[in-house]
Amino acid sequence: MELIWEGVREAFRILGTGDREVWEITLRSVLVSGSATLFALIIGVTIGATLAFRRFPGRNLAVTLVNTGMGFPPVVVGLVVAIMLWRSGPLGGLNLIYTPVAMVIAQTIIAAPLVTGFTVAALGSLPPGLRPQLYALGASRLQMLRLVLVEARLPLLAAVMAGFGAAVSEVGASLMVGGNLGGETRVLTTAVVLAARRGEFAPAIALSIILLVLVFLVNLVLTGVQQRERPS
Amino acid sequence: MSATAYRVSMAILAVAALVAAAAFGAACGSGSDLILATTTSTYDSGLLDDLLPVFEEETGYHVKLIAVGTGRALEMGRRGDADVLLVHAPSSEQVFVDEGYGVNRQRVMFNDFVIVGPDADPVNLRGAEDATTALHAVQKSQLTFFSRGDDSGTHKRELSLWEELGADPTNESWYRETGQGMGETLQIANQLEGYALTDRGTFLALQDVLDLVVLHEGDDQLLNVYHVMQVNPDRHGGVNTEGAAAFVEFMVEESTQAVIEDFGLDEFGQPLFVPYAGGQE
Repeated sequence: MELIWEGVREAFRILGTGDREVWEITLRSVLVSGSATLFALIIGVTIGATLAFRRFPGRNLAVTLVNTGMGFPPVVVGLVVAIMLWRSGPLGGLNLIYTPVAMVIAQTIIAAPLVTGFTVAALGSLPPGLRPQLYALGASRLQMLRLVLVEARLPLLAAVMAGFGAAVSEVGASLMVGGNLGGETRVLTTAVVLAARRGEFAPAIALSIILLVLVFLVNLVLTGVQQRERPS
Repeated sequence: MSATAYRVSMAILAVAALVAAAAFGAACGSGSDLILATTTSTYDSGLLDDLLPVFEEETGYHVKLIAVGTGRALEMGRRGDADVLLVHAPSSEQVFVDEGYGVNRQRVMFNDFVIVGPDADPVNLRGAEDATTALHAVQKSQLTFFSRGDDSGTHKRELSLWEELGADPTNESWYRETGQGMGETLQIANQLEGYALTDRGTFLALQDVLDLVVLHEGDDQLLNVYHVMQVNPDRHGGVNTEGAAAFVEFMVEESTQAVIEDFGLDEFGQPLFVPYAGGQE
């Protein structure tokens, strides 16, 4: 128990004094996972909208695959991305292994199925008459997509939260493709692993608290937007 | 209201795009990157934290340090996924060099392995005359022994000690493989009051948070020698040969050896490594 209090005190000391390395790691976590969430959003909304509105053979299989992907083990994603990006791998020539970009790729793959799944659910819950009505009013495809996304924005925010939450709290893939390089690819989760391995428990707890606060803040902001927008 | 939502989402998108651009910009490395695959023991002890900035300053190379077990490090070298290796499993390294995967192998430093366990020492390891006798006592007692189980240099050494003893404990119920680095393995052994073979450096670095104590040390079977070597550029395109050669030279030069000699003195009251450059064995 003493250890936990020591960790909490250390966390507040770090938060208070602005330890440069810790803030860099935190910022890097936000940048990497934020980018991954953005890409996952683009991919997820595109695929999700297709799955929600189109009827085609194999659609059920596709939805099942997306649902499977929502529970995809990050460490498997990490291994596959690492094998592709290693110098000896098929994409080795890109020199992306052990860079933040490699981490963005892995986290995008982890977050995209979540965003897709949430999008399918969100668009599926719209009133069934909405689209025929928009067509009847003469909306173009693009206009319609925009209007539909605006209508479904509240559940879509949940998709962003889920995607960011998965990306930022993931550790296995980030370790494997990022290499946990200090000053380059060390993010909050991998920094916690390293600190714990080195027996530096107080910093490990401090970093964990920062990670929790970060996820909390992101959710707080997005939930705030969601609540304000909610039609009364 | 939908206009507000639209503006909010556009703002979010804009910020996210900037973020993505920044991440990409930060990642665009140059040809001066040097991938060093090394063992968790050299990394976790903090030695490389002291040495790498000096090397980078002197040579302008940018070192990407990947801390894995010696087995993984050699495998990375074999596939050309690393430029230079700092490892501690001499017999595996010799095979690696003989097979033509490594060149310019140089001795850097040594420390020693120690056998650690609970202070109570129920099976009297303190009285054991050498490492194999000590392991034999653990085996007879059926008390839990924690192995790295990760093909690291420490794991390889531990297996060769069991082999010398003529024992194969890998399927025994008292023998557990953690599959993790030295730091994690020591912490597991500590929590579950078991025994383990560890390099002295990692043990000293973690001593403050461990109840384990050194029970056996100081015989020839426990010498732990570290070598540095280049990955053979003839085997793989894209290996940073100049950088690797510069790193090998850096590790054995006098000023670096002096840093190694003093490393740990302030913090632990004794050096963690002994400089040992000059020669191959």
